[in-house]
Amino acid sequence: MTTPATSAQPIRESALRSALSSRVRPPRPNALSASLTFGWRALLKIKHVPEQLFDVTAFPIMFTLMFTYLFGGALAGSTGEYLQFLLPGILVQTVVFITIYTGFGLNTDITKGVFDRFRSLPIWRPAALVGALLGDVARYTMASTMVVVLGLILGFRPAGGVAGVLLSVALLLVFSFSLSWIWTALGLILRTPNSVMGVSMMVLFPLTFVSNIFVDPQTMPSWLQAVVGANPISHLVTAVRGLMDGTVTAGQIGWVLLASGALVAVFGPLTMYLYRNKK
Amino acid sequence: MSAGRGSGEDAGGLAINAEGLVRRFGDNVAVDGVDLRVAPGEIYGFLGPNGAGKTTTIRMLATLLRPDSGTARVFGHDVVREADAVRGRVSLTGQFASVDEDLTGLENLVLVARLLGHSRAQSRVRARELLDAFGLTEAAGRQVKKYSGGMRRRLDIAASIVVTPDLIFLDEPTAGLDPRSRNQVWDIVRALSAGGTRVLLTTQYLDEADQLADRIAVIDHGRVIAEGTPGELKASVGSGALHVRLRDPEGRPEAERVLSQALGLPVRLESDPAAITARVSDAERVAHALAELARSGVAVTDFALGQPSLDEVFLALTGRPVENDEANDEEDAA
Repeated sequence: MTTPATSAQPIRESALRSALSSRVRPPRPNALSASLTFGWRALLKIKHVPEQLFDVTAFPIMFTLMFTYLFGGALAGSTGEYLQFLLPGILVQTVVFITIYTGFGLNTDITKGVFDRFRSLPIWRPAALVGALLGDVARYTMASTMVVVLGLILGFRPAGGVAGVLLSVALLLVFSFSLSWIWTALGLILRTPNSVMGVSMMVLFPLTFVSNIFVDPQTMPSWLQAVVGANPISHLVTAVRGLMDGTVTAGQIGWVLLASGALVAVFGPLTMYLYRNKK
Repeated sequence: MSAGRGSGEDAGGLAINAEGLVRRFGDNVAVDGVDLRVAPGEIYGFLGPNGAGKTTTIRMLATLLRPDSGTARVFGHDVVREADAVRGRVSLTGQFASVDEDLTGLENLVLVARLLGHSRAQSRVRARELLDAFGLTEAAGRQVKKYSGGMRRRLDIAASIVVTPDLIFLDEPTAGLDPRSRNQVWDIVRALSAGGTRVLLTTQYLDEADQLADRIAVIDHGRVIAEGTPGELKASVGSGALHVRLRDPEGRPEAERVLSQALGLPVRLESDPAAITARVSDAERVAHALAELARSGVAVTDFALGQPSLDEVFLALTGRPVENDEANDEEDAA
């Protein structure tokens, strides 16, 4: 092995002195540049730990296949027809579930101490978090692509066309980015990565299942319809479905954008407060 | 050499000036009124057992933690109100390697260089230069999780000097390292200081504080209990210690009686049944005591008059030996 040889590599005095003699202090990077650098770090992590892509590749395929073929026949008469209804919903569920890893990853960073370094640098404070979220958006995009392509292969035909599908994915990404701020706040509050995972699961399971993802709420008892109607995920699914079907209304899109804005407005500052005061 | 000096220094020319720093975690008062004045140009050592409040103090000075009360100025900048100005001049190497384990050594340094405002090309040049200086060139392309403890620590320090800081905080820089790696870190610390960077390091190793630091603050239960040069601290507990080894353990009670009488001080029985240690303030009395011991017929195989170690300093200051305070490990968990 090469390890012993490497650790025996000596420190050279002259190189050390010359490295220390440089006192160049470049100008501070702006907020965007710092965030993008953190985004680059997120992509590097994907490169080095490709296993973490499991959740954005295998998960979506599993979900789509499972629900289409398990429930399709019973719920819509045929799997083909059900897919037409389900795909926008399962796309939402898949991506929304992946947002959990944002809080998980952040908490892992904190427990390992690397965040101390970032916090002690003279940079725009939210950059580390915004950058991590930008990296996550890349993952959400990957997952969305998986689901849409698989859907098309299985026979999903969106009436909204290419533009409708792209816009629906874009809308979903905006919402997921905003939703992630809840998990970053959680990631800063809870002690271990696993507890972050557990709590987010507990929130997301009811949110995604008690919605209009799998079935039309018309078939539910009226009290449950009220719950589903109030669920933000239902509104998101309605808008995504509308975009893919070409029947979307400005109100549906507006609702999602408003909800996204509200999420960032509340959980963004909360996260930053927790980040600044983390011990 | 003095490029960083002279600019923005405190009115009194201090690198660090802290008064009455207090920080609590729940009921536990981790730092309980620390005053600190660090002059420029010295390596300052923070010596104390685990849980004494060293890490918490350093984190407050490095702007990572707000003090509950008290003030601290670093190069004249308030650590709370002017945190960004402080961050612009200091670096912190934490107790647990603050590098990204998933990334390679090179990527870690490029990341920090980019965040400090270097261009892509400059970042790579600087990263390569540091890897070379720290003996990590061969490991540049390897993930940090595959590094040894010493390599990881060196990378961590390298990341702290991507832009050479005016002040570097090193939190237990050699904890858990083998002697070789420890010596390498010591070399780096000395080179940093020689290059004009002030160093504040914490350690639980008395030997390390003695070797590296120009001045030492001994900290215990969140308070500074003594401060001075290693020499001053030693002088404060007397001129040294007399260590005596007997040929026959059975002679120890007799030797103990003779020595304590001749020295006028109580002596300490070591766990070694044939050894006795006495703290002494006066070398002449030692000669007299040894003569008395020879006259009493107790056979001595070996004796030594040593400078007091910082272990003994700690014992003298706190009335107990250096030990890790397990009940008070809040700051390690933090």
